[in-house]
Amino acid sequence: MAYVLTPEAPVFDWLSELDAWLARSPAFFAGRPVILDLAALELSSSGIAHLVASLGERNIRILGLEGVDPSLVGPELPPMLAGGRAATMPQQNANANAAAAPATAAPEAQAPAAEPEAAKSAAKTSLLLEQPVRSGQSVVFTEGDVTVLGSVGSGAEIVAGGSIHVYGTLRGRAMAGATGNPRARIFCNRIEAELLAIDGYYRTADEIDAKLRSQPTQAWLDGNAMMITPLN
Amino acid sequence: MAKVLVVTSGKGGVGKTTSTAALGAALAHTGQRVVVVDFDVGLRNLDLVMGAERRVVFDLINVVTGVAKLPQALIRDKRLETLWLLPASQTRDKDALTEEGVGEVISALREQFDWVICDSPAGIERGAILAMRYADAAVIVTNPEVSSVRDSDRIIGMLDSRTLKAEKGEHIDKHLLITRYNAARAARGEMLSVDDVLEILSTPLLGIIPESQEVLRASNVGTPVTLSSADSPPARAYIEAAQRLRGETVAMTVPRDKKGLLDRIFGRRAA
Repeated sequence: MAYVLTPEAPVFDWLSELDAWLARSPAFFAGRPVILDLAALELSSSGIAHLVASLGERNIRILGLEGVDPSLVGPELPPMLAGGRAATMPQQNANANAAAAPATAAPEAQAPAAEPEAAKSAAKTSLLLEQPVRSGQSVVFTEGDVTVLGSVGSGAEIVAGGSIHVYGTLRGRAMAGATGNPRARIFCNRIEAELLAIDGYYRTADEIDAKLRSQPTQAWLDGNAMMITPLN
Repeated sequence: MAKVLVVTSGKGGVGKTTSTAALGAALAHTGQRVVVVDFDVGLRNLDLVMGAERRVVFDLINVVTGVAKLPQALIRDKRLETLWLLPASQTRDKDALTEEGVGEVISALREQFDWVICDSPAGIERGAILAMRYADAAVIVTNPEVSSVRDSDRIIGMLDSRTLKAEKGEHIDKHLLITRYNAARAARGEMLSVDDVLEILSTPLLGIIPESQEVLRASNVGTPVTLSSADSPPARAYIEAAQRLRGETVAMTVPRDKKGLLDRIFGRRAA
């Protein structure tokens, strides 16, 4: 899951506030992707780079930027993202269904980059994966639906702007509606998922009804609640 | 046509080196010219399992860096004259390998052998990537445990994206070798079943090697199990796997639980 950090001016005070918060929950951001929303600040390109580096020193990995003039974002900075929803400083006792900002994930080096590229040029609104998605692979397709003919392995993740369809077993993570689409759904032939997310609302494996395990299942949003029900 | 085969797994301790030695010896036994190459630079073991540790002079790193010529580093097996070993260096680390250097060594080996079997180090870093880089086919060694299976899934993904063949858009043959399979534990549900592993990894099965003391004993005396006790169940399973690698059709034997009298009485209740 990705969190959105929204620094406020003066940045120095905001950073010390963050430090105080990190002192209480040092591992909160460990290994988690974070989006930096700079709408409340007016920073130069080097100012942004400095802020990203300062967060890096705190082991906060910035995955993307929001609320900033794209001309300021050079190749050395994280990429621009759009469509994220504002979220305040994460709360420790946050409700499991509404804790996180929209999920977005960075494509990993090992992701089957060639496949999505090829598919994208053919049809921009959907991505069809004929091979299984293996552990450690991250498929990010913000333009629309992702269909996987095989299985999604444990430790793999699919991030789609639209819905996600898995005709095999979904063992990894599926994040649908990642660009802010509450009508996106997740369908799978067999659910063993580690995490399901739609438009930022998520459920972990522990919160998925054990009776549904291994069943054909769909997940959708009913208001703020994620519903997970059998397909048949 | 030489075939370059990488034996890989992601996870350590699942039996890559043992399987490399056993498959290499089984193939060489049929008269094929085989070289087994240890890519585990810094933590070499294949020389021990092959019983050649006292004859190592030059190694893979020496050849890659041009210190020694390939024929100087190759060690011929004492039992099978078509079986050779290219050992790893114990004093260096994986950073000493370069992609170009490995590529040159592999193409030189292709000239001389029918099979080049690369024993990959554990992990998904540089050493493992270089071991699979030039492979035509891969043997993925998996124990029927969830951790091992997930790591194998990860390695299969890398075989499909990081090998030269995959980058050229070609298909790399993948074979799944399930090792340390314990029929009794699988029957009690303490291990993943063969069907579970195949369903998760969706990769063709090369063989199922039963867990056995013979395998441990063979490693300790420095003889591949297919030579030290060729009639034992694990050796037979490796020999059949080697036949399948050569394209022969051999019926798959799933190791069965041999129940003793006590097991027959208490077996069901113990479950």
